Amino acid sequence: MTIEELHKIAQTERDAEKKFQHHVCVCIAAGCLSSGADHVRDALKKEVAESGMKNEVLVKGVGCMGLCSAGPLVTVETEDQMFASVTPEDAPEIIRTLDTGADAGSSGLHPCPTNVPFFERQKKIVLENSGKIDPERIEDYIAHDGYLALVTAITEMTPLEVIEQVKNSGLRGRGGAGYPTGLKWSTVAKTGEQEKYVICNADEGDPGAFMDRAVLESDPHRVLEGMAIAAYAVGAQKGYIYVRAEYPLAVKHLKTAIKQAERMGLLGNSISGTRFSFHIDIRLGAGAFVCGEETALIASIEGKRGTPRPRPPFPAESGLWECPTLINNVETFANIAPIVRHGAEWFAAIGTEKSKGTKVFALAGRVENTGLIEVPMGITLREIIHQIGGGIPDGKQYKAVQTGGPSGGCIPAEHLDSPVDYESLARIGSIMGSGGMIVMDETSCMVDVAKYFMEFCMSESCGKCIPCRAGTQQMHGILEKITAGEATPADVALLEELCELVRSTSLCGLGQSAPNPVVTTLKYFRDEYDAHVTGAGCPAGTCKTKDEVTV
Amino acid sequence: MSARAPIRVKTLTIDGREVGAREDQTILEVARENNIFIPTLCNLPGLSNAGACRLCIVEVKGVNKLLPACVTRVAEGMEVTVNSERLAKFRRGILELVFAERNHVCSVCVTNGHCDLQNMALKLGMTHVHFPYQYPRMPVDASHERFVVDHNRCILCARCVRVCDEIEGAHTWDIMSRGVECRVITDLAQPWGKSESCTGCGKCVQVCPTGALSEKGKSVAEMSKRRQFLPYLTLMREGRR
Repeated sequence: MTIEELHKIAQTERDAEKKFQHHVCVCIAAGCLSSGADHVRDALKKEVAESGMKNEVLVKGVGCMGLCSAGPLVTVETEDQMFASVTPEDAPEIIRTLDTGADAGSSGLHPCPTNVPFFERQKKIVLENSGKIDPERIEDYIAHDGYLALVTAITEMTPLEVIEQVKNSGLRGRGGAGYPTGLKWSTVAKTGEQEKYVICNADEGDPGAFMDRAVLESDPHRVLEGMAIAAYAVGAQKGYIYVRAEYPLAVKHLKTAIKQAERMGLLGNSISGTRFSFHIDIRLGAGAFVCGEETALIASIEGKRGTPRPRPPFPAESGLWECPTLINNVETFANIAPIVRHGAEWFAAIGTEKSKGTKVFALAGRVENTGLIEVPMGITLREIIHQIGGGIPDGKQYKAVQTGGPSGGCIPAEHLDSPVDYESLARIGSIMGSGGMIVMDETSCMVDVAKYFMEFCMSESCGKCIPCRAGTQQMHGILEKITAGEATPADVALLEELCELVRSTSLCGLGQSAPNPVVTTLKYFRDEYDAHVTGAGCPAGTCKTKDEVTV
Repeated sequence: MSARAPIRVKTLTIDGREVGAREDQTILEVARENNIFIPTLCNLPGLSNAGACRLCIVEVKGVNKLLPACVTRVAEGMEVTVNSERLAKFRRGILELVFAERNHVCSVCVTNGHCDLQNMALKLGMTHVHFPYQYPRMPVDASHERFVVDHNRCILCARCVRVCDEIEGAHTWDIMSRGVECRVITDLAQPWGKSESCTGCGKCVQVCPTGALSEKGKSVAEMSKRRQFLPYLTLMREGRR
């Protein structure tokens, strides 16, 4: 496959689409699918066929459009019109508005304005094709400049140049810790000529997080392309995508994508007629949160029990089957092709001094607009929650936002103007994490929230090291006691002692960060803990003491 | 000309004492050679290191995390702190967590007086447990004709798993489940007595630090462990290589 051939495929695809007067896109990613988007698509197709408009209207299933709370979503691309909460019964009406140009507002449909902050404040790099292309057709991806970066890299650039490009872009790992991607790549590349692996970590496990899922479901080729470029840069021959078995649609789209890319010679042996060969296989995770930790993930791929091991040696030196292994998150790989395509400077111009580019967040909880958003680094939490998120519903007051899942922290109103970047979030006690963002209002009890995350860590601890295994259990026990109104100030002191112990002595990131939700709620919402232990009861009114339950 | 790769050596300080080490040695090995005590539970010379019990954590200057001495290799000029108030507090805390996790009532235990966990508690001056005892209901499997496994005493150090896999080569033992639900199992969680892979060698019983694995017929305080075979076996195998 050469660049000319890619352009030709892209042109053919674009010409084919141009033949249609109207493009109707139905989101068939997991969120909308669960509210019946596939029936909507079928109904639209049927309606188009029955009304004899087969040659005028193109109906295609596409990936996530972001505003998941309003699903199923349908866009009429050609008219820049979006409809929310579409049912199969709405199909004739939608087609009718296309045909007659009738005012959609008066037709019983739910038009969804796209000129609102939710859409306008976003900046899409990772999700640029999401909601636009059919994830099951490689041609559609190629028509949107897909695989151009890969073919350019392997035919016109040296591996070193690719690494330089990634280094200069300032891209940092999107899995949570924010390790400089270019540095990681150059470390793996430095290990010389030997068997090496590239692994894509798609074991997204934070409660409420679905960024990687959306990327894999909506634009799987983008991840494959990123992995292949990485493999070329570090000198790997084989790649694995470790994806949760709970994401069947993502797995299906990935399998289709791999097959299509192989058939076109964009994956497999001697890609683009060069010496570079790269094969990708999928490995399904069985739903262990800890397998998102890189050494546990590697053990799991090897067929062993998924438990972390002490680092060093880091996977870059000794990873899968003791070979040098590059392991990056889905979103990190999804950023690679645009960086190679547009150049490092373009990417480095977005974001803040130390955090470049954009970040995808799964906005959830007590906000008006829940869904998937992509924002430039450095945007404030206030902008995300009150502008993009549309604020807190039902006239309630904002209380906290939880970022980074069970490893992150709860951020109070006083820090709402803090920019979203790796350093700023760390400074206020939270982490960027993989991108989960759960908003809470005044009806949430912060002790209860801390208990929820502790319960998660306790049951997801692999059990290998003592502080994480037994420490999270003890912490959860104390938090249960506090929410039940049976604790004393001494219990809170013990809780603080355990936070320090578990954080400092645990083997892997799970245990080291498990106390974070407790630490931050203790720091910012100490009064709520105090209220629980001094008999004043739960300020939010969510925790019921035993007496109250029996009454 | 000799084909042998030169042995490189490093010098470092442990608690202010200057020590020399081969570059492939761990902090723990070097400390032991120099009679510097670092507490351990899951470590056993002759077996691979798991880095799981976290008792051997040490401070290394310039590194903001605590490092397990059993798997951390020495480096030139490394400044290691083995004993500090902070470390002592953490180690006692970890030990207390173990004691509170299951059932470790020494007075009725077969290994009373010969127990690694008990000895460590004595050595680290752990006088009491200030975390609430959990006392989960754990089974006892006495289906094997010669040995018993009492999960109430198990600290999940995985010495049995490692010795069975690495020394005996049977891999009868493994660990199932997650977090506090973890349990050592034989074969695929079958009763030990029904295990088809177990050779009955008893190495697991001998390396077990507590009374979790014991020989049948032993009463309170009668089960002492014989581990001489381990360094011997390791030495023989290394010699053959």
